[in-house]
Amino acid sequence: MLDLTPEEWTAVRLSLRIALWATVAALPFGIAVAWVLARKSFWGKALLDGLVHLPLVLPPVVTGYLLLISFGRRGPIGAFLADNFGIVFSFRWTGAALACGVMGFPLLVRAIRLSIEAVDRRLEDAAATLGANRLWTFLTITLPIALPGVIAGMVLCFAKALGEFGATITFVSNIPGETQTISAAIYTFTQVPGGDEAAMRLVIVAIVIALVALVISEWLARRAGARAYGLE
Amino acid sequence: MLSVDIEKRLGAFTVAVRFETASRATALFGPSGAGKTTVVSTIAGLVTPDRGRIALDDDVLFDSTNRVNVAPHRRSVGYVFQEGRLFPHLTVRQNLHYGRWMRGLARDPSEEARITALLDLAPFLARRPGRLSGGERQRVAIGRALLMRPRLLLLDEPLASLDAARKAEILPYLERLRDAAGVPMVYVSHQTDEVRRIATSVVRIEAGRVAAVGGLDLLPVP
Repeated sequence: MLDLTPEEWTAVRLSLRIALWATVAALPFGIAVAWVLARKSFWGKALLDGLVHLPLVLPPVVTGYLLLISFGRRGPIGAFLADNFGIVFSFRWTGAALACGVMGFPLLVRAIRLSIEAVDRRLEDAAATLGANRLWTFLTITLPIALPGVIAGMVLCFAKALGEFGATITFVSNIPGETQTISAAIYTFTQVPGGDEAAMRLVIVAIVIALVALVISEWLARRAGARAYGLE
Repeated sequence: MLSVDIEKRLGAFTVAVRFETASRATALFGPSGAGKTTVVSTIAGLVTPDRGRIALDDDVLFDSTNRVNVAPHRRSVGYVFQEGRLFPHLTVRQNLHYGRWMRGLARDPSEEARITALLDLAPFLARRPGRLSGGERQRVAIGRALLMRPRLLLLDEPLASLDAARKAEILPYLERLRDAAGVPMVYVSHQTDEVRRIATSVVRIEAGRVAAVGGLDLLPVP
């Protein structure tokens, strides 16, 4: 039925790896920014909010180009990371993960922020009177209660990362085995004569992955929700 | 000995309250909106007064002239809220132990057994708060505040959200608490009958001011 060639399998595995890393690496930053936006008021908050949402409204190619000139080998951040830590993003799968993480970030932050805002602050006060400092209050009360939203945000980020095309291809190009994700591979197949069959196989794989991710996230969110509201 | 002398502006309304008490159960008694909850919130550190001083025995918890403001989590002041505020994602047992965990206290099985018995908590230790009745929730909230080993217990209208039957169920526990827990209590209420049963001294608060300090004779005659 689905007889994928080794190259196609490589694209599928690479897509999953990139999307997973993008989501996992973005998560701590996403939680921190969501908490700041949900619970703090400070000068420049609107600006931070705008910056976070920028990848959502900018053309992906623009985001990819900005990444290229800042995180590329000759970009200021890219050169610094390469020289001091040996971390290279340009034309590597890590760069694809970075681009996907940036593109998924607004969706991640938005979902987590909403769920943190929904946590009753009076519970946080109660935790404080019981001896919990701010960090412990966040880790033991706020975050567990907001968990369904965190999961939802991760799924959105993962989905965005799986489907990301424009920023990735601009930043790290379309190199089979290194940066060629499912989306990029499908695009490539549609550009060559006789590539329709291979494109269709990858389309089916993409649909299956998306459905499985949705079902798993729904199940996780339901479980976490039941726990958070004490109805388990 | 608890001494409170604070001022807090809330919009057009100002709470300016001064009293001292060394009694086992002090009632802050007065009509709704008189500022009672504001006063206990400043004692717990959840609301910062504009100026004044709050001290518990020799420890200054707040002093605006010397810029002292101990964070709520360092005050060792237990707080039972009107709506319980149990943590919904934790079991009753985890709720009870929360304060001990956060304060890094060693486990004390005899104290746990005493408080569990005092408040009859044993039947629902494994349940989650969502599966408790209003009265059971308040008993857990009281137990949770006691198990953190507070130096002072604040009870802010703990019966206000309960119907008459539930109130009658909890009142005996509160009386036992006053006589057996060994922790001084500040009991906020606008209900004469409750205060008459629980309190040993009364601070009457009206329109953000202390109207009178004294014994149960300050309460209106039924």
